Amino acid sequence: MRMFERRQLVTPGELLAEGDYIAGENTYKEDNKIYSQKLGLVDFDDKKVFVVPLRGKYIPKVGDVVIGQISDVSLNGWSVDINSPYKAILSVSDVTGKAFSPKLDSLTKILGIGEIVIGKITAFDRSRDPTLTIKGSGLGRVSDGLIVNLTPTKVPRLIGRKGSMINILKRETGCEIVVGQNGRILILGKNPKKVELAVKAIKMIEEQAHISGLTDRIKSFLRAGRGE
Amino acid sequence: MVTVQKLINEEGLRVDGRRLDELRPIRMEVGLLANADGSAYIEHGKNKIIVAVYGPKEAQPKHVSLHDRAVVRCRYHMAPFSTDERKSPAPSRREIEISKVVREALEPVIFTEYFPRSMIDIFIEVLQSDGGSRCAAITASSLALADAGIPLRDLVVGCAVGKVEGKLVLDPSDIEDKLGEADMPIAFIPVLGKISLLQMDGMFTEEEFIKALNMAKEACMKIYALQKQTLKEKYLQVEKEVRESLTLKE
Repeated sequence: MRMFERRQLVTPGELLAEGDYIAGENTYKEDNKIYSQKLGLVDFDDKKVFVVPLRGKYIPKVGDVVIGQISDVSLNGWSVDINSPYKAILSVSDVTGKAFSPKLDSLTKILGIGEIVIGKITAFDRSRDPTLTIKGSGLGRVSDGLIVNLTPTKVPRLIGRKGSMINILKRETGCEIVVGQNGRILILGKNPKKVELAVKAIKMIEEQAHISGLTDRIKSFLRAGRGE
Repeated sequence: MVTVQKLINEEGLRVDGRRLDELRPIRMEVGLLANADGSAYIEHGKNKIIVAVYGPKEAQPKHVSLHDRAVVRCRYHMAPFSTDERKSPAPSRREIEISKVVREALEPVIFTEYFPRSMIDIFIEVLQSDGGSRCAAITASSLALADAGIPLRDLVVGCAVGKVEGKLVLDPSDIEDKLGEADMPIAFIPVLGKISLLQMDGMFTEEEFIKALNMAKEACMKIYALQKQTLKEKYLQVEKEVRESLTLKE
């Protein structure tokens, strides 16, 4: 038995469904009853019950593209702040592609503290810190652009179904946008007004992610902004 | 000169005009601190408490981290101006104790095993104090945890029952706490049906204890409904505004 309609607001501990259901993301099962773990929107997929959270921290997942900031330099690599409870490790061999000799090379000359990188998580198993690579298309050091923060749980909403939302954003503003799964978004654009418009649209998505019909609202917002 | 004050009058009303089983007015708010991951504010009677939650974040210092779950740290602190007489800002014996019991009241609902080697910090700041501040602190802390998006089994609710002039009173205020015969704060987890804090000052008979416990649980359910409403309110407000602006356009 379902206690809620689809896409309704629920709080932690609220009873979502009873009986023959499967507990999906952000829910837990006890005595054949499914409860929510988080404040979010409940949804059903056949027998699966899950909650789309409204806020939360980023937990690394292998294959995720993230935007990180170098926070520390060690002997054989860097520590990267990826806006998560766990800092990512970027090893020097991954960056230079050859053996590293402390005599000839200097780590800080390649990447210094505070620099921004786009990386991909290559390994993470909760008992060890995640490892990062910056080798690959679209990855690497960032030297230009604007970084905007978004609650990591709302990244899927920013991308939209099959990238529908982010494509609208790119098309209407003419900016290049890189979305890190950790809630950091890089905006590259020549026209500062259009960059500002993109930032405003992202803030709007953050605020209204839980209300249906968002894509249309963003579309009309961007069109109105362009007309100014 | 000592004046003997009657705490319950002939009509069965208490010094602040409440009935024996009546709660003080409660007002709650969430998400008011921009720099915290989650925050909440509560006014429970004359208590005014602000709670900030940070985390899960990297454990600092490293040696306190646990390999299989997150560490929960809690600091209950009373502002120097929160009491009648200025309170020293240094943590007192009482504050250290409350920090510990509040942490232990909240820990059973947090899925700490989801975030091994990390840390969750809870900062409770009492801006104005009244009776039952530890209960209000627990109520507000669970709201702040939910606001931070930390996975919880349920919200935790705190409420106290006292004994004044031989009668059980719900949610005792400061004066009833000080002049009364007993005070029993509890923290209740409604979904699990469990009690995660049970303390008592003074004496209850066995019957009184059972009755007091049921009174407190009943009151907790009332506060629980308020908590859920508070969490949803912020988002429903945004939804209302958006819907209104849409109808205006049309």
